[in-house]
Amino acid sequence: QVWQIRLDVHLLNHDGNITDAASIAGIVALCHFRRPDVSVQGEEVTVYTPEERDPVPLSIHHMPICVSFAFFHQGTYLLVDPTEREERVMDGLLVIAMNKHHEICTIQSSGVVMLVQDQILRCSKITAVKVAEVTELIQKALENDQKARKEGGKFGFAESIPNQRITTFKMESAAVDTNDVEEQAGEIIAKADPPAEVFANPVLHTPGTAQIGEGVESSWGDLEESEKEEAAEEEGDSEAAAFECEKVETEDTSTIRETKNDEPIVLSDSEEEEVVILEPQELPRKTR
Amino acid sequence: PQGRLLCGPGLRRSGAGLLVTKCGLLRHRPAGGGAYWVDSQQKRYVPVKGDHVIGIVTAKAGDVFRLDVGGSEPASLSYLAFEGATKRNRPNVQVGDLVYGQFVVANKDMEPEMVCIDSSGRSSGMGLIGQDGFLFKVSLGLIRKLLAPKCEIIQELSQLYPFELVLGMNGRIWVKAKTVQQTLIIVNILEACEYMTAEQRKQALAKLSGN
Repeated sequence: QVWQIRLDVHLLNHDGNITDAASIAGIVALCHFRRPDVSVQGEEVTVYTPEERDPVPLSIHHMPICVSFAFFHQGTYLLVDPTEREERVMDGLLVIAMNKHHEICTIQSSGVVMLVQDQILRCSKITAVKVAEVTELIQKALENDQKARKEGGKFGFAESIPNQRITTFKMESAAVDTNDVEEQAGEIIAKADPPAEVFANPVLHTPGTAQIGEGVESSWGDLEESEKEEAAEEEGDSEAAAFECEKVETEDTSTIRETKNDEPIVLSDSEEEEVVILEPQELPRKTR
Repeated sequence: PQGRLLCGPGLRRSGAGLLVTKCGLLRHRPAGGGAYWVDSQQKRYVPVKGDHVIGIVTAKAGDVFRLDVGGSEPASLSYLAFEGATKRNRPNVQVGDLVYGQFVVANKDMEPEMVCIDSSGRSSGMGLIGQDGFLFKVSLGLIRKLLAPKCEIIQELSQLYPFELVLGMNGRIWVKAKTVQQTLIIVNILEACEYMTAEQRKQALAKLSGN
């Protein structure tokens, strides 16, 4: 006969890096748990209720804690403990689970990043530091809880939630080095491109839909490529420098284009490979 | 009270009485036969038929796109469900794009299905969301507040600078303004609106427009 233990982790809210938080929660729960005491005499097993004998803690040999690293730009940038937004745009993720004796329990790498050996060594050193801090925090918290229970003070989940105070979106302001800021700012402004024109008048299409500026050229295409039109219209505020503008001929418009007489003119989107139009100078007719 | 009483989200009929299934404030609307519902604050979204949501394309499988809508399962979106789409005129949707559409099938037994056209075949604002801009998550309660007619928050924000805004009922908001800085300012205000009173919001906006 053995004991069976089940650990459920309920996620109430998160801002990224659920793995680390859940691992800490799990190991603390296991350390905090007390099971009923048992005595075995030959074949007889007596299980004592909590009233008869104090429940006994589980025998935890070590406390493995996970630490996650997010990689960006093929390993150039490394972030420890990524937030939700950082997780969404990261290239790769490395999770290392370690205990305070610097023994690595788990390493897991995912994503599209190729990692070099010394990067992984560096990550494991960072993990060792973090795990030492976290383990100390856990020990202190467990001791405080034990003290509170012995002295009859308040303890438990409900008590540890701050009352009547909003803690969402509270972030400690990070100290920023502002020594050379003016010079740096001056350099950046001097080198930067002039700011884009600001259009303050949105165009109202229908109630509920408005448009500022021009979006990307629509690139709905047929399965076969149609010829690119040479005269692409330039719109006032197109951010089009980086995007390719591929004008696609729709089925309705038919334009007379100047092409050489002997070139086949592909006008319709029929399945045939070559469509040769006789007397191309006239208004072309659809050859469907 | 006479007439038909509508029992809305958070309430369930059991025998002759009502059971509450969510925590929150009980609200009442006397119009019609009367409606009661529980206004709960939650961040997790459950797909509901008819809801307009923002989805992220995660995969293209043949004729169908798989979208992540924040629910328990990815939703499917056929490539023909766009305005003006035919078998040969496919929409230019890539993995990682944002799509605004509505659910036609959403129950607990089946995988949810989305479309980007309404019943008359017009897109009415749905479809592929353009490049740039910023997508972020808020709680469902804030979305409902923003979608209410004549929402003060949106009116006050529009006094600041012009911007494009798409609100998804799954808690996702997409914002795009002229510059990255303006976009991020709007994102921060919308996120903080959840817990700011009207006073604090007006103060914050006054400070920003003063700058």
